[in-house]
Amino acid sequence: MKILYQTRKKHIFISMKSVKQHNLFSRLTLSSLAFLFFFTINLSAQGDAKNGKKLFNSNCAACHKLDKDLVGPKLRDITEKRTNEWLKAWIKDNAAFQKVDADAKEAAEWSPTAMTAFPQFSDQDIDDILEYTKPVVVEEGAGGSGAVSMVPVQQEKDNTLLYILGAIVLVMLLMLFNLYRTVNELRGDAPKRQSFSEQANDVWEAFKANKFLHFLMVIFFLLATAYFVFGWLSQVGVDQGYQPIQPIEFSHKIHAGDNKIDCQYCHSAAKHSKTSGIPSANVCMNCHMNISEVADDTKIGNHGKDILDKEIQKLYDAVGWDADKLQYTGETKPIEWVRVHNLPDFAYFNHSQHVTVAGLKCQKCHGPVEEMDEVYQYAPLTMDWCITCHRETEVDLTENGYYKKIHEQLAKKYGVEKVTEAQMGGLECGKCHY
Amino acid sequence: MASNKKYWKSVEELNENSSIVDTLRQNEFVEEIPTDDFLGDKETLEKSSTTRRDFLKYVGFSTAAASLASCEGPVKKAIPYVVKPNEITPGVADYYASTIADGYDFASVLVKVREGRPIKLEPNKDTNGSTNARVQASVLSLYDSLRLQAPSKAGSSISWDTADNEIGKALTSVAAANKTIAILSSTDANPTTTKLVADFTENYGNVRHVIYDAVSESAAIDAFEAMYGKRALPSYDFSKAKAIVSVGADFLGDWQGGNFDNDYAKGRIPDHGKMSHHTQFESNMTLSGANADVRVMVKPSVQNAILADLYNALVNGASAKDANVAKAVKEIRKAGSNAVVVTGIQDKNAQLLAMAINNAIGSEVMNTSVTNNTRQGNDTEVAQLVADMKAGRIGAILINNSNPVYTLPNSADFVEGLGKVDLSVAFSMVNNETVQATQYALPTPHNLESWGVVEMKSGQFSLMQPTIRPLFDTRQFQDCLLKWTGNTQKYYDYIKTEISALGADKSFNKALQDGHFSASSSEEVTTGEVDLSAAYRSVANVKGNGLELQLYTKTGLGDGQQANNPWLQELPDPITRTTWDNYLTISQVDADKFNLSMPLSSLTQRSLHDADGGLNGYYCELTVGDVKVTIPVLIQPGQAPGSVGLALGYGRKAGLKSEMQVGKNAYHFYKNFNTSQSGVSLKKVDGVHEFACTQLHNTMMGRGDIVKETTLATYNDHSLDPKHTWNPVPVVSYKHQEVEATTVDLWDEFDRSVGHHFNLSIDLNACTGCGACVVACHAENNVPVVGKAEVRKSRDMHWLRIDRYYSSDMTEEKAHEEGIGAIEKFSEMENPSANPQVAFQPIMCQHCNHAPCETVCPVAATSHGRQGQNQMAYNRCVGTRYCANNCPYKVRRFNWFDYANNKEFDFNMNDDLGKMVLNPDVTVRSRGVMEKCSMCIQMTQATILKAKKEGRPVGDDEFETACSNACGTGAMVFGDLNNKNSKVAKLKEDKRAYHLLEHIGTRPNVVYQVKVRNTEA
Repeated sequence: MKILYQTRKKHIFISMKSVKQHNLFSRLTLSSLAFLFFFTINLSAQGDAKNGKKLFNSNCAACHKLDKDLVGPKLRDITEKRTNEWLKAWIKDNAAFQKVDADAKEAAEWSPTAMTAFPQFSDQDIDDILEYTKPVVVEEGAGGSGAVSMVPVQQEKDNTLLYILGAIVLVMLLMLFNLYRTVNELRGDAPKRQSFSEQANDVWEAFKANKFLHFLMVIFFLLATAYFVFGWLSQVGVDQGYQPIQPIEFSHKIHAGDNKIDCQYCHSAAKHSKTSGIPSANVCMNCHMNISEVADDTKIGNHGKDILDKEIQKLYDAVGWDADKLQYTGETKPIEWVRVHNLPDFAYFNHSQHVTVAGLKCQKCHGPVEEMDEVYQYAPLTMDWCITCHRETEVDLTENGYYKKIHEQLAKKYGVEKVTEAQMGGLECGKCHY
Repeated sequence: MASNKKYWKSVEELNENSSIVDTLRQNEFVEEIPTDDFLGDKETLEKSSTTRRDFLKYVGFSTAAASLASCEGPVKKAIPYVVKPNEITPGVADYYASTIADGYDFASVLVKVREGRPIKLEPNKDTNGSTNARVQASVLSLYDSLRLQAPSKAGSSISWDTADNEIGKALTSVAAANKTIAILSSTDANPTTTKLVADFTENYGNVRHVIYDAVSESAAIDAFEAMYGKRALPSYDFSKAKAIVSVGADFLGDWQGGNFDNDYAKGRIPDHGKMSHHTQFESNMTLSGANADVRVMVKPSVQNAILADLYNALVNGASAKDANVAKAVKEIRKAGSNAVVVTGIQDKNAQLLAMAINNAIGSEVMNTSVTNNTRQGNDTEVAQLVADMKAGRIGAILINNSNPVYTLPNSADFVEGLGKVDLSVAFSMVNNETVQATQYALPTPHNLESWGVVEMKSGQFSLMQPTIRPLFDTRQFQDCLLKWTGNTQKYYDYIKTEISALGADKSFNKALQDGHFSASSSEEVTTGEVDLSAAYRSVANVKGNGLELQLYTKTGLGDGQQANNPWLQELPDPITRTTWDNYLTISQVDADKFNLSMPLSSLTQRSLHDADGGLNGYYCELTVGDVKVTIPVLIQPGQAPGSVGLALGYGRKAGLKSEMQVGKNAYHFYKNFNTSQSGVSLKKVDGVHEFACTQLHNTMMGRGDIVKETTLATYNDHSLDPKHTWNPVPVVSYKHQEVEATTVDLWDEFDRSVGHHFNLSIDLNACTGCGACVVACHAENNVPVVGKAEVRKSRDMHWLRIDRYYSSDMTEEKAHEEGIGAIEKFSEMENPSANPQVAFQPIMCQHCNHAPCETVCPVAATSHGRQGQNQMAYNRCVGTRYCANNCPYKVRRFNWFDYANNKEFDFNMNDDLGKMVLNPDVTVRSRGVMEKCSMCIQMTQATILKAKKEGRPVGDDEFETACSNACGTGAMVFGDLNNKNSKVAKLKEDKRAYHLLEHIGTRPNVVYQVKVRNTEA
């Protein structure tokens, strides 16, 4: 029994960061606790809900949710509506079952889409799945807080102890040094100390007398001013760190980081075009047609599930998706994202050159996007930044058929095997400005 | 400056006692500013709650706020598709094969589409398509903001449903009253339209379909019909021609629909020492005349005699009366069946003679079994229709893509007739005179928004497909016909079934992808009996009557339907180099006779140029019969004495922006649809007209090695070393010895052998001066239009210009022989001869390897790339203009104004719709920077990137520039010199190859090919 409880807890750990598919994990957990401690029923005999969930997610979740109708009906409490045997027959081959069972025939009319048959499921598999769909009993008032308490707080690395230790050592050293001086003074080895004000006065007098030092200081002051003014002017129009508020609180961290969606799944134009392309809303719907809410514990900043679910609703409003009727309304409203990376019009940049030909990782210029909730401009996008990289980057001349002839010529003519992007003409004005 | 000269601005100033002048002198500001009234009114001032201190606080705060706010960059929005169409990848262009068929120009094209916007047209070379300047520019006409946007009735908008209802009822009642329903349309060469009109006729009974070409070829069609029983034109393949004799036919212009220049140019390149011989008899200086080997100035009436003489010699075997005809006959006999005679005389008999000559010599150039369908107008029927309308015999008229109120010489009769029909409907893309004169105006889509099948040559079909969703609430004429005959099909579905019915050789989808399909033509031509001797007698007896007028169409505006297109208005006429105007071309002799010559100025004789270098001309009143028009005069070398020329297509007002309402309507003179009119009288009237003429801009006059030419005989003489005879390499003095300029160098040479090295070859023999490249360059490179006033100030922005050179009677040799002094010699050299030889030379940035512009730029804004391109970084340019000063080719253009965001320049770039044509890959330049040809670096880079992405080397002739792509004649060839298989690498080594101004050592990457003339001597 204990083992079962622990595995469930572990399971919650795994699913914590992912988007919620169907039910409330906390409720499930608590229900299992309730079963364990109040009813002490042997659950394993009826089915393994953990295995059930695994099977459910990989085989059923495309069409079924536990608490909501999708392509197929919601499956919560299904065991109360239908008998175990009926369900097994239905799941294994519903088409054949319809011919012999009137209820099955009626059930088939629920949706115009026929359900796939799953003859590969054993009875135990189906028991496991059904176990997973079973109703849960929730203890009054324990819902939300219980779940939160289950979420382990990630420990920040604590360096306080280290600082305290360092400070003690420092104080000890100072004490040692003072002790040493006092001993020396008492012995008469060291000269008698001037008072602090006397010392300061001497320095001030010397400073006042030294005209050359004044001159040097003026020069230094002017140079320093020039340096800072120039530095300030240089950053005008450089928007490194620019992190605008977007119309939808979309988190790259959840999508690219936690769920490991490839950058180019959404930004598919990057390999073909000069622009990486902001995915059109229909690309979002590839997944979000089935994912209408986030997991309970999802958080972006201070925003939790209550706010983030509304953000998904914004997407539905944009594409005109009726999440209740599960159909498109035809009323669309394009999403006005705020551009993060803005190159001036006179600078030409081509994503496909860098992504497809050079094979660069997106992160090289865009930074750890998979760790950003809201994307900010990682690189300065200055010309200096561009050409520094072009100076350092060596072009792989051997793999691409285009470079083959150039490689042969270079090798033959100059005995050069490797060249940088700059040597290939990557610093010429006209390559980016036309 | 002479002190006794008096200068004045206004005539009023000459009156010494004028009180106005005195007042104006005393008061700088004419209108007094009421400061005293305001500040003297203490009461009002005290009432104000704003104290002085508060006012200063507000000023201070708002200044601070404004400057703080300006530190923040603007927030830019990025709005993706909600549902992205599969075929669109943002940033990647799609190409669709389609067709332009606007009733005047016909071309198979590729449409370059970016994010659903057509931005450029290119010739569809797979189907032998070629584009002229107007076809290239028609993509901008799509984004004309003055297009008709919704159906209207008497000027107020109505819905399509209302229009369908009302017109349907009216048509039914007209049919019930047994009155005629007339359909007046321009040639669309669309077999499905013909079929739909037949269905329409079946539905309504009494329907008359009249095809009307604004500029008609009816005479030639009538002649063909008489001879072969079909209303069409023969097709010509000039690439087979070894001898071409044209009597007044500008076949390199718009004669019989044009599109002959590609084939013509093939025969003009002296590949194996052979080229065609071209004799042109004409009155106006045309493109064909300018390219001819022998050009004979003949006024229109005499052209008849010339043709009759030719006929008599070639068919009847008599000897030619005229010496020039005799020479032409000799050339024709030499060429045998590879000769052709064409004529532009708008007379059925003359056209019959020309065809008879071609039949007699068995010309392979003329093909009567494959017909040209791009002109189908029938003048007799048009005249009959106008008469019937006036007589009230027409119940309803549907006018499609035609502007008879503007183009008909008797448009007043037509307008009167319109008043007598019960129902008048105009289908039109643009707002024009006819639209305003009819009851209903129904907007039709642009060719780029339409479906269509176009049979330009019999059996060869091109498909037209939409490349953008209709911008406005438009409907195709064919869709209307379908609807009004009760057919529920869309025209798209109709086409799909029709093309298989036509017997297409491929599936609809394949045909759509190729833009082309062929089908065997069912129509057989029959040979009819024609009384040629009567025709001969009629032609031989044509007599002229005084001064004669030859009407013509310009390369830019054509018949005038695209008059609201600023690219075409600003395209310099290839011959006169004048923009934004039409004018009366006149010979020097006649100008003197009618006192129309400008007073002599000291050096540039016989034309007065003002301080800006603009050309001026006197006004004259031109009278033919009862039609009078006041028009400026331009003295045209090569104009046949006794004749004057005037371009059609100008002087439109309706539906045009004010800037485009230029010139005078010459259609008033187009009586009996004949382009030549006799009995013309001229009278000088007051005033001086200012032309916006680019012929004197950026001249290289006085410097050698610009246009090199030789004769075919010299070219073929292999005993001559071209380097020292007809294509001499200039020599310079080096260490007191004369050496070839190409061997001396101030600079170290870079190694350009690795990677690409771009070169552009321009063949002066193949360049006909058509101007397609100029417009293509505009479209590709976002070149701004500057307007007439700015062009006059030499501020045209053309990156690519086509210089036109006239030869002069004065030569170095003649001056030497006759002992003429240097000043007089050079002055005379700039004075073209009465019938000059002409050379066209496209000039763009020469991309010098040792560029003079690069060394003088103080900020290194212009620099050289290792691929041979001279690069211009606009963002670096501070506008010193040193580079333009130092450029020997005068190809740099300074951007004086922010043309893209300045409402003073009301052209496409300042128009929300017009901006859609801009190429997103090329920067729209701002004010204060220098710009010039980049050798389409955005295109070469795109080609390289494509190869890199596919992991392969670039193909032999894969590189293109906008101009070389648009050039159908093969005059411009672009490519990679380091690829020895490329055409340009071979052309660079050709014995005709030379560089402009080679002696100054700039080492250009643009190479020219010596012009070879097939002349004697």
